[in-house]
Amino acid sequence: MRLDYYMIRVIKDRIALGLVFLSLLLALIPLFSIVYEVFLRGASAISIEFFTQPTPTVGEKGGGIANAIQGTLITIALASLIGVPIGLMSGIFLSEYSEHRLSRLVRFFNDVLNGIPSIIIGVFAYTLIVLSIGFSVTAAAFALAIIMIPIVSRTTEEAMKLVPLSIREAAIALGIPRWKTVTTVVLKGARKAIVTGILLGVARIAGESAPVLVTMGYWRWWFEGLDRPTANLALNVFIFGISPFENWIMLAWGSALVLIMLVLGINVFVKAYVWRGY
Amino acid sequence: MAPKFEIENLNAWFGAKQVLKNINMKIEEKSVTAIIGPSGCGKTTFIRCLNRMHELTPGARVSGKVLFDGVDIYGKGVDPVIIRRKIGMVFQKPNPFPMMSIYDNVAAGLKLNGVKDRKILDTVVRRSLELAGLWDEVKDDLKRSGASLSGGQQQRLCIARALAIEPEVLLMDEPCSALDPISTSKIELLIRQLAKDYTIVIVTHNIQQAARVSDYTAFFYLGELIEYGPTKQIFESPKNELTEKYITGEFG
Repeated sequence: MRLDYYMIRVIKDRIALGLVFLSLLLALIPLFSIVYEVFLRGASAISIEFFTQPTPTVGEKGGGIANAIQGTLITIALASLIGVPIGLMSGIFLSEYSEHRLSRLVRFFNDVLNGIPSIIIGVFAYTLIVLSIGFSVTAAAFALAIIMIPIVSRTTEEAMKLVPLSIREAAIALGIPRWKTVTTVVLKGARKAIVTGILLGVARIAGESAPVLVTMGYWRWWFEGLDRPTANLALNVFIFGISPFENWIMLAWGSALVLIMLVLGINVFVKAYVWRGY
Repeated sequence: MAPKFEIENLNAWFGAKQVLKNINMKIEEKSVTAIIGPSGCGKTTFIRCLNRMHELTPGARVSGKVLFDGVDIYGKGVDPVIIRRKIGMVFQKPNPFPMMSIYDNVAAGLKLNGVKDRKILDTVVRRSLELAGLWDEVKDDLKRSGASLSGGQQQRLCIARALAIEPEVLLMDEPCSALDPISTSKIELLIRQLAKDYTIVIVTHNIQQAARVSDYTAFFYLGELIEYGPTKQIFESPKNELTEKYITGEFG
């Protein structure tokens, strides 16, 4: 009798464990199949020309995605320039002035902003900027910055909250004003986690396509100014991928590969950066 | 000699809970005053009221007067930041700034208040570490992280850090409770030496420590000041029965 009961428990345990492993496998299948496919097809597009030449016109042979890499980097840099300071400061506010009446409101709107579909943010940037200065890298960067703000803000808040109270008290007891305590001692202690949050935010916006599509549109040339569009890796995948031209389709796979490597690279860098520190 | 602190009708609360009840006492300059009493009697709250740290806890409140050299630190127009530069604090657990070197830890108070002159900083760092009895142990290694020191060294580093801004008073909240006996005796020796130039108020759980280091002893119980006087008198002929019971170890 007792043995039977025990056996049932062992069987239940095995079944549960099996289900967990099965779910894990199911979750990993899409990931590996995507990476496998992109590597397989993208690799054939890779050449020196691919990294040095701009996109060719229809029917033209060869060419590359150098302009899209340049454009994507410029867009990310510009978006970070707008998004990081705002996200950082609102994160500091949420963590250090949580007793302030506004902080609950700010946190709530932050969460709402985080949940808004990126296409809607794109449309917002469209009405605000595209309608006045036209499709441009500025409009795209603005949209991406808005996507970035809640991510940076949330991770900054969490990182700063992890700095122990005793460290703040040590600074305050030295007669250091509160704002200086925050901007030096606390920020210094949270630096690693904040940098991690910013990089993950960058990785997130690097692959955004919908808001870029409605704010920048299609551009096949090099960067020409902040009031003009730039080429973009994510849009390459979208626009070339659905085109009927073989050369363009190959460039789309190549762009997808570069994009995945960029995001993967940032994530690996973050992990290495965090591990080195502890 | 005029007292350094005159505390008049001091009350303190955490939310609705009153933790200090009508405290009246004077603290003498350049002496060591020990605050003793069982856990939860308001010892820590009391010294945190002396440099306006108590009010930093959300929901905490203070009433009454704390005259510091005759000026009420709770008076109108008094900046707590300035008060805390004159009244330093050492905490129960050593809390050096984790991302800073030994040198930067000691220099932090000056640096963050705008002192940039390297010569001044060098002099102050050396003098403070010497005062805290740590100089000889760390002088070749000032760039090392403050967190890499042993517990006792970290606590002396915190004392050096507090001394670097040249306070007049040093508040110590059970500074030895996290330390081994050898580190403890080093810090007790240090307290005696510092008392020549500084006013020291030390909270301690250790009755023998109070007897060893202090000139005056105050016994707190349930938020009230039960007895206060010269340490010798408190330990040899306490007037209050509770005090006697506490120092003889009958409760606490």
